[in-house]
Amino acid sequence: MVGVGIGVLSWFAFWSADHPLGITTAFEHTSALVLKAAVPGLSESNSYYQDESPKIGWEWMLVLGVFVGSIISSFTSGDREPVTVPPLWKRRFGSSVPRRLTVALLGAGLMMFGARLAQGCTSGHGISGNLQLAASSWLFSIIFFSTAILTAFAVYGRTRNV
Amino acid sequence: MFDPLWKLALGLLTGMVFGLLLQKGRVAKFHVIVNQFLFRDWTVVKIMGTAVVVGAIGIYALLPTGAVSLHIKPLVWLGIVAGGLCFGAGMAIFGYCPGTSVAACGEGRRDAMVGVIGMLLGAGLYVVLYPQLSGLLKTWGDAGKVTLPEWSGTSPWLWIGVVCFGALAAFAVFDRSWGDTSPRLHKDTRQRHGAS
Repeated sequence: MVGVGIGVLSWFAFWSADHPLGITTAFEHTSALVLKAAVPGLSESNSYYQDESPKIGWEWMLVLGVFVGSIISSFTSGDREPVTVPPLWKRRFGSSVPRRLTVALLGAGLMMFGARLAQGCTSGHGISGNLQLAASSWLFSIIFFSTAILTAFAVYGRTRNV
Repeated sequence: MFDPLWKLALGLLTGMVFGLLLQKGRVAKFHVIVNQFLFRDWTVVKIMGTAVVVGAIGIYALLPTGAVSLHIKPLVWLGIVAGGLCFGAGMAIFGYCPGTSVAACGEGRRDAMVGVIGMLLGAGLYVVLYPQLSGLLKTWGDAGKVTLPEWSGTSPWLWIGVVCFGALAAFAVFDRSWGDTSPRLHKDTRQRHGAS
């Protein structure tokens, strides 16, 4: 049912804003704007700023909306999970908080770098791109899913289910 | 620097519905994502598959009316392959994808909050390296904004039919393995309370 909802929501996004659902462009634009403010002269020396125009737009508000929507949903259903070290992680790597947070930081960074290389993520390619039958998105989805399966078995494969 | 206000409001509204669906769908949870890749939980594939089938039918039905237009991402070979490898490895280690990690922050998950900082750093690295990367990516070629029906010279409805059939077949085959997700959630909750 949630899948149906996301499918219908994607019709709405295409129709109302002429935009596919996507998350990572907003991250790229935020970082680009912060870098531009922090490093004067970067926007002249780096060709990124000639090719792209980072902004606070529809996609930025979409990400903010996901955060707000999830807060509302988790409070109304009582499904709050204020955890730092997820149980499955704890079973494999122990309860060290610095270890989990360091790996989360690096893993998330690697993931986002990959998303920007490919110009999309699970939402932009995996849902929005695949539903448009984009060749790039199907190829990306097959590669990322296979890699994630291999990585997950290598990293967590020895843990019992929790 | 800013979109018009109506568009910002529309983005916020669309995002709120998206976040609500992701949270309700339980994909903002570390164990749901990781267990998908370990073939112990099929929630992610179920949700993505249904969204793609429903989305594709709607978008391709609306296309002739001119109410929607396609937004295809270009098939830059090196970008897609290298990006897919980094993304898959990073996602399995992190345990959330970009959208679900934002929803996970809403749920109160602190490792996802740190992940958001990591994602901003990763995006920043891409921006800094953009001049070198954009040159490098061109060396492997770019097949352009091509769709599967265009590439094969067939009707999009043939492809939608195949995807639909694949999804229905998967539902039929994996139906049995989905029954045990709720006891697992229960056990997970109990264990967390025991530990705290």
